[in-house]
Amino acid sequence: MDCLTIGGVVLKSRLLIGTGKFSSNKTMTEAIKAADAQVVTMALRRVDLNGREENILQHIPENCILLPNTSGARNAEEAIRIARLARAMGCGNWVKIEVISDNKYLLPDNYETIKATEALVKEGFIVLPYMSPDLMVAKILAEVGAVAVMPLGAPIGSNRGIKTKELIQILIEEINVPIIVDAGIGKPSEAAEAMEMGAEAVLVNTAIATAQDSIKMAQAFSLAVKAGRLAYLAKVGLEKKLAEASSPLTGFLYEGEEK
Amino acid sequence: MTFYNEYLRYKDFDFDNFFQKVTRADIMDILQKQKITEVEFLALLSPTAASCLEKMAQRAHQASLRHFGKAILLYTPMYLSNYCVNRCSYCSFNSDSGIKRSKLNLQEIEEEAKAIAATGLRHILILTGEDRGRTPVAYIIEAVKVLKRYFDSISIEIYPLSEEEYSQLMEVGVDGLTIYQEVYDEEVYDCVHEAGPKRNYRFRLDAPERACRAKMRNVNIGALLGLNNWRKEAFITALHGNYLQNKYGDVEVSISLPRIRPHIGSFQNVVFVEDRDLVQAMLALKNFLPYIGITISTREKKEFRDHLIPLGVVKMSAGVSTEVGGHTHSNGNSQFEISDTRSVGEIKKAILAKGYQPILKNWMHL
Repeated sequence: MDCLTIGGVVLKSRLLIGTGKFSSNKTMTEAIKAADAQVVTMALRRVDLNGREENILQHIPENCILLPNTSGARNAEEAIRIARLARAMGCGNWVKIEVISDNKYLLPDNYETIKATEALVKEGFIVLPYMSPDLMVAKILAEVGAVAVMPLGAPIGSNRGIKTKELIQILIEEINVPIIVDAGIGKPSEAAEAMEMGAEAVLVNTAIATAQDSIKMAQAFSLAVKAGRLAYLAKVGLEKKLAEASSPLTGFLYEGEEK
Repeated sequence: MTFYNEYLRYKDFDFDNFFQKVTRADIMDILQKQKITEVEFLALLSPTAASCLEKMAQRAHQASLRHFGKAILLYTPMYLSNYCVNRCSYCSFNSDSGIKRSKLNLQEIEEEAKAIAATGLRHILILTGEDRGRTPVAYIIEAVKVLKRYFDSISIEIYPLSEEEYSQLMEVGVDGLTIYQEVYDEEVYDCVHEAGPKRNYRFRLDAPERACRAKMRNVNIGALLGLNNWRKEAFITALHGNYLQNKYGDVEVSISLPRIRPHIGSFQNVVFVEDRDLVQAMLALKNFLPYIGITISTREKKEFRDHLIPLGVVKMSAGVSTEVGGHTHSNGNSQFEISDTRSVGEIKKAILAKGYQPILKNWMHL
């Protein structure tokens, strides 16, 4: 079976889900189920262990792997502190590093992300850093121990699709840990596109959370990710600008040879 | 270079003449654009644009969904003291007003904290009047130390401080600042602030920037709509927000649109701001600065607040009292009258009914 292994854990689902922006916790729970997601990311700043119905953790299906993220961190130091808090609060040792010091476009700070990743790997965390697609940065992240690299397709929440396609394609070819396309994916067709390109998985939040019917949209994404992955495994035909002659010009060289 | 230089660019600008030239076709063109410029934003504040509110609303709603989703953060103000040495003609805490003055001691602060925390709220905004003698920074620091045990996020709405003082408060656990310029027009400012340190326009104007320099996490600014032409004030407020956001990318800048409420000050020249005016200001703002959150207080009526939710509101106050110690006992000395008196539970229900999720916790002390 075609599975994805991250940090030693074998996953059947290649669709990771984010939990922000939903209209209610109930809708979120149902969307996670409809998406058939196994890894669910949530901002640690939203986790309230003292709260009752407000505790977001209670609304994440039990069989899911929690991927707390460091949303709100403006530098490596804050990301590290949030990750440690997450572990102390019982959210496990997976962490998605999100360091953002640009409140307009919400673009990640690659430099601080490297620093946080390196430090947290040393502390035994399973680290998945969110980053701007850059080959050198991705190489360093993998080198310092990131179990996957999560390049953005377009700014968070923008629903603009995979605008960084060329750069992500290079990461897919060159980086030896899974590439998970995170942020920017607005439509299931774009998730399929990422998977066809050879991304190992995608992470989707806004497109599902803010759809008019989040549950249906979660299902649609689940199908699209599976379709895209299948297409990738089936070896998508190369794109050609011109029609290709079906009678080859060099066929005579091989006439008489066994096929 | 401070925001004052930006303000000066428009100090003598002929707004009325500009507004007269704006056509409906201009507005339609602007709303097609992906990014709206400063001058285009001003056009959205024109009387002409008032006939295009639905189009502006759709665009603002989409932008807000993308940036903030279907979530509304709830908080409540806690008044620590109403001692004030200023004479602001629009405020009931005015030093001449004759209201009963009080200041909570640390034990009373803890009682208020318990009462508020029992409602489920985890974000709090603490307020004082301006009186450095009775409520010095050292007092605020002690208050924050107590409140930290009950709340995950503590913001302050007090007199303007120095950068160093903002840093001191952040060290003990403050992560947000709310400070309203009240009125950006320097002449009107001078008129309504009759006496006291608040007469220093520039020191107040630069306070949000000093907080940004101190690395404050959230900075919320605003003008008290009704003291001057709201179109001009909304314009300068947004320029201020834009200035701060461009210069301090890591600060979450947000804007409040408070409208003047009944008070016992002497200010009588209220420029009436209708509901549709407030909506226009808010929509123009969201179209210009989609990444800036809007805060709506209980100054507004409950039905009106509920309608504003999808238009770009990110934060709402709930379970509000504007008097000192008002969460544990009421004595009728509020800063201004509130219009939405619903409990936290009732507001949560109303938000859910709008298809939005009420959020009680969105930060933690690091």
